[in-house]
Amino acid sequence: MPVLLQGLITILVGVGGCVGYFYLSNLVLDKVIFPAKGPNIGRNINRANAVRPWLFLFPAIFVLGLYLVYPVVGSFLRSLYGRNPDTFVGLGNYISLFNSPDFRTSFLNNFLWAIFVPAASTFLGLLVAQLTDKLSWGNIAKSLIFMPMAISFVGASLIWKFVYANDADIGLINAVRAMFGFDNPIDVLQIPFWNNFFLMIILVWIQTGFAMVILSAALRGIPEETIEAAILDGANPWQLFFKIKVPQIMATIVVVWTTITILVLKVFDIVYTMTGGNFGTEILPSYMMDFMFRDDGRATAIAFVIMLVVLPVMVWNIIEARKETR
Amino acid sequence: MDNIAGQKSSLTWATHLSVLILVILWLVPTVGLLVSSFRDRDQISESGWWQAPFAVELTARGRTGTEATQDGDIFVVTGNIYDDPEAAGYFPGGGGEVVAFGTSGRNPGEFPVGEPVEIGDGETLVVNVDGSYEWRTPEDPGDRGQRVYFAAESPPSFTTANYEQVLTADNMDRAFINTLTVTIPATIIPILVAAFAAYALAWMDFPGRGVLIAIVVGLLVVPLQLALVPMLNLHNRIGIGQSFMGIWFAHTAFGMPLAVYLLRNYMVGLPRDIIESAKVDGATDFELFLRIVLPLSLPALAAFSIFQFLWTWNDLLVAKVFLPSDDASKVMTVKIADDLLGSRGGDWGILATAAFVSIAVPLIVFFSMQRFLVRGLLAGSVK
Repeated sequence: MPVLLQGLITILVGVGGCVGYFYLSNLVLDKVIFPAKGPNIGRNINRANAVRPWLFLFPAIFVLGLYLVYPVVGSFLRSLYGRNPDTFVGLGNYISLFNSPDFRTSFLNNFLWAIFVPAASTFLGLLVAQLTDKLSWGNIAKSLIFMPMAISFVGASLIWKFVYANDADIGLINAVRAMFGFDNPIDVLQIPFWNNFFLMIILVWIQTGFAMVILSAALRGIPEETIEAAILDGANPWQLFFKIKVPQIMATIVVVWTTITILVLKVFDIVYTMTGGNFGTEILPSYMMDFMFRDDGRATAIAFVIMLVVLPVMVWNIIEARKETR
Repeated sequence: MDNIAGQKSSLTWATHLSVLILVILWLVPTVGLLVSSFRDRDQISESGWWQAPFAVELTARGRTGTEATQDGDIFVVTGNIYDDPEAAGYFPGGGGEVVAFGTSGRNPGEFPVGEPVEIGDGETLVVNVDGSYEWRTPEDPGDRGQRVYFAAESPPSFTTANYEQVLTADNMDRAFINTLTVTIPATIIPILVAAFAAYALAWMDFPGRGVLIAIVVGLLVVPLQLALVPMLNLHNRIGIGQSFMGIWFAHTAFGMPLAVYLLRNYMVGLPRDIIESAKVDGATDFELFLRIVLPLSLPALAAFSIFQFLWTWNDLLVAKVFLPSDDASKVMTVKIADDLLGSRGGDWGILATAAFVSIAVPLIVFFSMQRFLVRGLLAGSVK
């Protein structure tokens, strides 16, 4: 297995290289550049300590800069050029995108995804978290609902093909329809507009577990006194849940919601495997892949549009993080 | 707690029931895939997986034998239709009760079993429930037996044939190894790089630390899509091109923000006393990191490794862009999405099996390491 061998060598070189880099660079810093001896010993130690964090950070900063910061600029610049990387078209790619009906469809669909999937996943996750909270077999139930998190989007799509199949002997939906006497099987993935929701259900199925795990921990973190006080005051279970518990975990709900929103804007696998973007189900990430390898200018323009959509969440995340580290 | 209000019993049943329904809803699709992957291909197209434990009615065809005994001037051929290899081939689990038979493919269930029927030219044919038949013909059958179509119950048959085919033919074995080859280095290499950076961001004091943390948080949400075109072009320019080398770099980098963020969050929570006293004892940062912080951070390291493993194993986008599209270097997700779904759209048995092969490893990892995964999720999201 030459490829596997190449992989093993890469592991050794990669891990060995990292260890070697960190060890040797420290050694060089302490012994050669700023040795902790001689007349300037105090100043040398201070200088070495000022440089050291950057030694520790350098590899991470390097790959982050190269693969995530540079592409933001690189993609934007590339999107100003046409299919041929030498023809400058200015905002031409963006203008033709906004004039194309396919782009508008995928933008609107993406909007639907970004509303429905986080809302449904968070709601169901919260529901399961609350219902399983005091259950004796709650952990087993949670673990089973969490399971789809481990499954790839491609695998999940295939799993759901067995639910949606246009054949009453394979697709569960059509089997249930047949049971109620509808003899003609329907292809739910071809129903205009609603087919989008059938695709979204797959992602909701995957993400509910994530929301549930985090919200369940948040529910457990609610101080018991507030709940006891509410019960003593005669709150019924609904009031207890909506008026006492939910407000206290609102911050976590927002985090879960935004995390899933970000994810939704990146997932192209489900649309790609289920419909290939046909029947009006295109979303931005899958629309971008249509141009990948064909028209880099278009592809990068779509990628940059995705970036612009994500930007507010990014800014908000950074502001929240700054509040904490301060 | 709820029982203080004295309404425990009324709600408990509703809770049990609704959780049960939700769990079943969540499990059914996956169970369907698993059951389908073990079913015989003919049965998959005849009945739903939920009917897998029951017999299926299949239509099949075969030929009678030709060894005739003479009864006056009538030639009589007797035998069992299941002795014909063609007919038996429809029933790998052994043939069941014959329900009906016929002599034309258009109407295979024309006649009820057990009663002799005229099939033209003065010939009569009877097929019994157990598959035995008697064919009476005025002419010598020669070396061609009579065509017999019949409908029979096929007992439920489960088979590992799909797995054998997926794992030996179809290049799926190759794809499995490719997935492993992509996943393992892409999981291990980022850990060390991220751990050093996380230590610096958590326990070293230097100007610009806050800004760097903010940048890492920002990079957490940068869409991967932005990196595809510029980085592929860069890889092509520096000679890596589309290769395993390229995808290892890409996965290492794409996993880095989460790794640094998770590990820093965890390391910051380590007890300050331990670290301060080690510093007082003269430990350098390098020693402190290797001897104390790294071992204490094992749960976070485990959590990140699981994330990164699941993410790289399940990834389709990065593999499509950064790996060559030839058969020799396809990973399983690409193989399923591009090859199997395209050319084998109707071969449900193979599809189900391939999907199950690709999700089996993540599921094992998931169920055995769930504790770490949950802990990692909580460290990453709950503030």
